[in-house]
Amino acid sequence: MPSLLEMRGITKRFPGVLALDHVSFDLRSGEVHAIVGENGAGKSTLMNILGGVYPSGTYDGEIAIDGEVQQFHGVRAAEDAGIAVVHQELSLIPEFSIADNIFLGREPRRLGVIDHDAIHTRARLFLEDLQLALDPHVPVENLGIGQQHLVEIAKALSRNARILVLDEPTAALTETESEILFGILERLRAAGAGIIYISHKLAEVFRIANRVTVLRDGRCVSTDPATDLTAPALIARMVGREVPSFGAQWRGGSLAADIVFEAKNVTVTDAVDNVTLSVHRGEILGMAGLLGAGRSELLMAIFGAHPARTAGGFSVDGKEIPIRQPSDAIKAGIAFVTEERKRFGLFLDHSVMMNLTLAAIRNIDDEAAVAQHAVDDMHIKTLSLDADVATLSGGNQQKVVLGKWLLTKPKVLLLDEPTRGIDVGAKQEIYTEIARLAAEGMAIVLVSSELPEVLGLSDRVLVLHEGRVTGEFDRVDATAEAVMACAMGHARRMTA
Amino acid sequence: MRARAYTMVVALIVIWIYFQWRTVSDLYPYGLFLHPVNFANLLKQMAVTGVLAVGMLFVIVARQIDLSVGSLVGLAGGIAAMTQGWGLVPSLAAALVVGTAVGALQGALAAYANIPSFIVTLGGLLTWRGVILYLTKGETIPVRLPIFRLLGVALLTPASGVVLAVIAIAAIIWTGVRRNPWRSAVLSLLIVVFIVMMNSQGGVPLPVIILIAVALLGHFLTQHTVFGRYLYAIGSNPEAARLSGINSQRYILGAFALLGVLVGVASILHTGRVGSASPDAGTLMELDAIAACVIGGTSLMGGRGKVSGAILGALVMASLDNGMSLLSVESATQYIIKGAVLVAAVGFDMAGRKRA
Repeated sequence: MPSLLEMRGITKRFPGVLALDHVSFDLRSGEVHAIVGENGAGKSTLMNILGGVYPSGTYDGEIAIDGEVQQFHGVRAAEDAGIAVVHQELSLIPEFSIADNIFLGREPRRLGVIDHDAIHTRARLFLEDLQLALDPHVPVENLGIGQQHLVEIAKALSRNARILVLDEPTAALTETESEILFGILERLRAAGAGIIYISHKLAEVFRIANRVTVLRDGRCVSTDPATDLTAPALIARMVGREVPSFGAQWRGGSLAADIVFEAKNVTVTDAVDNVTLSVHRGEILGMAGLLGAGRSELLMAIFGAHPARTAGGFSVDGKEIPIRQPSDAIKAGIAFVTEERKRFGLFLDHSVMMNLTLAAIRNIDDEAAVAQHAVDDMHIKTLSLDADVATLSGGNQQKVVLGKWLLTKPKVLLLDEPTRGIDVGAKQEIYTEIARLAAEGMAIVLVSSELPEVLGLSDRVLVLHEGRVTGEFDRVDATAEAVMACAMGHARRMTA
Repeated sequence: MRARAYTMVVALIVIWIYFQWRTVSDLYPYGLFLHPVNFANLLKQMAVTGVLAVGMLFVIVARQIDLSVGSLVGLAGGIAAMTQGWGLVPSLAAALVVGTAVGALQGALAAYANIPSFIVTLGGLLTWRGVILYLTKGETIPVRLPIFRLLGVALLTPASGVVLAVIAIAAIIWTGVRRNPWRSAVLSLLIVVFIVMMNSQGGVPLPVIILIAVALLGHFLTQHTVFGRYLYAIGSNPEAARLSGINSQRYILGAFALLGVLVGVASILHTGRVGSASPDAGTLMELDAIAACVIGGTSLMGGRGKVSGAILGALVMASLDNGMSLLSVESATQYIIKGAVLVAAVGFDMAGRKRA
């Protein structure tokens, strides 16, 4: 019996770059086939070919479904062949309801007029089928980012796809939401669909994948059953070298006693409830919590960037600082690497140099020299200082954002999801950089949805649940189970 | 980016060659269009649009728009004409103050009161036209002060033109010859040609000198100051700009105020050149200024655009205007052609961007 999907000898060239070099890949029905690899390894290119984004003729090699060779001239053709691709970027219309989003472009009509009743009834049945407890009438903009991603996935599934491609689906999901997704995937697999699963999170890959393909530099390195693989072996194949795990990042030495930064009674309407925290010199304070726990809102409020902040006092080096807007925070020596770098951090159509120097421009004399120094220092891979930052890989973009803030010479560094959606090698570099900054005495607050990251890097862990601190752990006490319990709302007696 | 700029230059040269060819006659066997007298005339017409386009660039780069420019040219020019009795300097100052104050007011409404600048300045388009109609009771006021008039039409003496050219070429060689010798050579050559051409018809028109000064100032502000850098950042990604510690409101207000200053300058040049201030002076000038920016590669989505492009765009518009008038093209046809050129220029731009 032929495979559900076969991609044979796929070769794709971009000007000056061989993006894919004779890659072959197959997918059986009833399996989850994971693709892993560093950013730039060719995963997205391969999926864009499968999804018809790069039409037939712009690449070499062939695609067969059920043994029949296919030629997709566009996204629509691929969809008609039963392929649904869920990209990392949301393609939802915020003002539209969940139901309208799911049926966007295929609205059921009666006498040529959109049949709203049919849309909502069918959407409700469909959401129930997926066991998603969402009201189809709700505008998508009212949902949390994780729920929006689930709607995006539901939208793709509603096209009766037999081949489902998921690109980093859990990047924005909480653990609970991820569980919901895994449940859906399990049922789809049982129903005979084939699922291609791209992820940087190896724990997930091992949990749900039947087979794992590793791509590196546009070539297929290996395809093996997941049960024959270990995480270190997989990482080694992805980067072509052994990478130390998070644990190796633990730094020796004891903490300085002096408090660099304090935030008192920070409150944000409907998001953060009376949170007080302090960070010592050279300390990494990890902040754990589920999505919607108010961690990002807390950082925004500290930085003077949250319009709904109603209370909060801040001090740096023991001196009280009124923070009314981001420029006040920057002046006081606070830097904030925001989440969603493309939306909040970068000027995509501007140069690497402009992006690096923007926040500190007033204190820079020789801009090109400073920017070049930062590029060398952080190992940012770019053609030149004048290249648009959009042309960089995700990991290098993230380094640009981090570099921009380090140029302001901060005393306090707030990091919100600093490694989301970047490859293993770049992650490791960012971890090393964070550890180095802490060793130099910077006070760091780290928010991350990846628990191992928080546990591996932090000296102390603060857990938030529904805007409140429900737990505080020293490094030695912080186990995944205990932290997760607090994150779910089981308050823990505070240490110290 | 660079390829687009060259495309624009090539288009301009094609337009020039076409008009030159079509204006060949017994009297002008080599064509009239690029004849020094006509070309100086073209540049004088362009000066007003060019000054406005440079100001408009600041606003558009910050993802804003100003539709009130034409009405404000009428208002500022009218007030300058009405205050001639106070003497030359107070009357010119009145135009600049009115331009700046109105620009700052509209900027404040857009930046601090969160009214979209499209709406604020659409209101301004109506309001300021109404104000000048009210103040002048619909009558045209002649320019009586000779120097005021000269500002719009005077020619520099050939000698001072040569001096300026020498200074310009020296500056180009001093700043740029090591980095880009070819560019410096081409620019120097262009300056020599320009001066020889202008001097052969009496000298460089003063409005053109003012336009060049405004353009250089605009280039400096956009490319070499924090103010300019922040405007690009605000236009490119307002949210990221705010989180980078940029007080966007202040800079947006600044961009509108700066445009207001330049509207004042343009109103003086225009009133001086025409020789009178009529209540409908400046009508539709905002569209010429916006068109010049857009033809020159400025994105209405903000964050992208250069002064050199806006000047080039203004030159394209002025060349079309002037050339079609020489050929006695009907005004109906002129409108249609200018509209088509605007849309086509952006169309080519988008097509080129998609491929890149």
